[in-house]
Amino acid sequence: MAINITSTPVRLTISLIGEIDHHNASVLRIESDEAIQKSLSPTVTLDFGEVTFMDSSGIGFVLGRYRIVESYGGSIEVINLSNRLYMMMKLAGLEKLMKLKMKG
Amino acid sequence: MKALNEMKLQIESRSVNEGFARATVAAFAAQLDPNIEDISDIKTAVSEAVTNSIVHGYPDSVGKIYIWAGIYENGLFKVKIKDRGLGIEDVKKALEPLFTTLGGERAGLGFAVMESFCDKIHVTSKIGKGTTVTLEKFLKGRNCGDD
Repeated sequence: MAINITSTPVRLTISLIGEIDHHNASVLRIESDEAIQKSLSPTVTLDFGEVTFMDSSGIGFVLGRYRIVESYGGSIEVINLSNRLYMMMKLAGLEKLMKLKMKG
Repeated sequence: MKALNEMKLQIESRSVNEGFARATVAAFAAQLDPNIEDISDIKTAVSEAVTNSIVHGYPDSVGKIYIWAGIYENGLFKVKIKDRGLGIEDVKKALEPLFTTLGGERAGLGFAVMESFCDKIHVTSKIGKGTTVTLEKFLKGRNCGDD
């Protein structure tokens, strides 16, 4: 599991690489939150294009970041979702809270 | 009904073992040559059940998690994930989507995900004795005898 963070003045992009489960979600959480709190970027993009596995811990991860970004008035979007990840996030009702974009 | 083939795995309830457990079960299922989607379904459901045992079964200790998997006729694949942890007070309530006793970053979707990715799930639990989750799924693939 790895994380890659890039930022412009209007956007913070957090790219996740590898498998997201309960074990490695905590590291992702710490690194993402540090970057989000430092930038307070109006738009935070979570890029799932390189995620090879995710269980419901990934949904918890997205929801947790959503709460932080929403608390300072920013918005969050999730991009490059595979069919499977898109389906799981819809199952959790995330599409009512944020933009979910599929791959391609 | 007797399994055509079966395996047992015992792990400690350390979160680092979550990836090992789901990969091992998936590797055992691979002899049926199932499609990628089915393998991902199995991996995800096993990951949810093992995480539940770690997080809810043994919240303050390290205990053992017992995993059994069996292959039956017509591509039926069964996985049992058992712990001797705290147990669930109200199984019916625990199965409700978004119900979680932990808050924080747990989405409360573990059982909902298991249900959506398996054909059948069965949960038995007793306070102070532990919890057993049984997952059943008919796999589609070259060696699944479904054609």
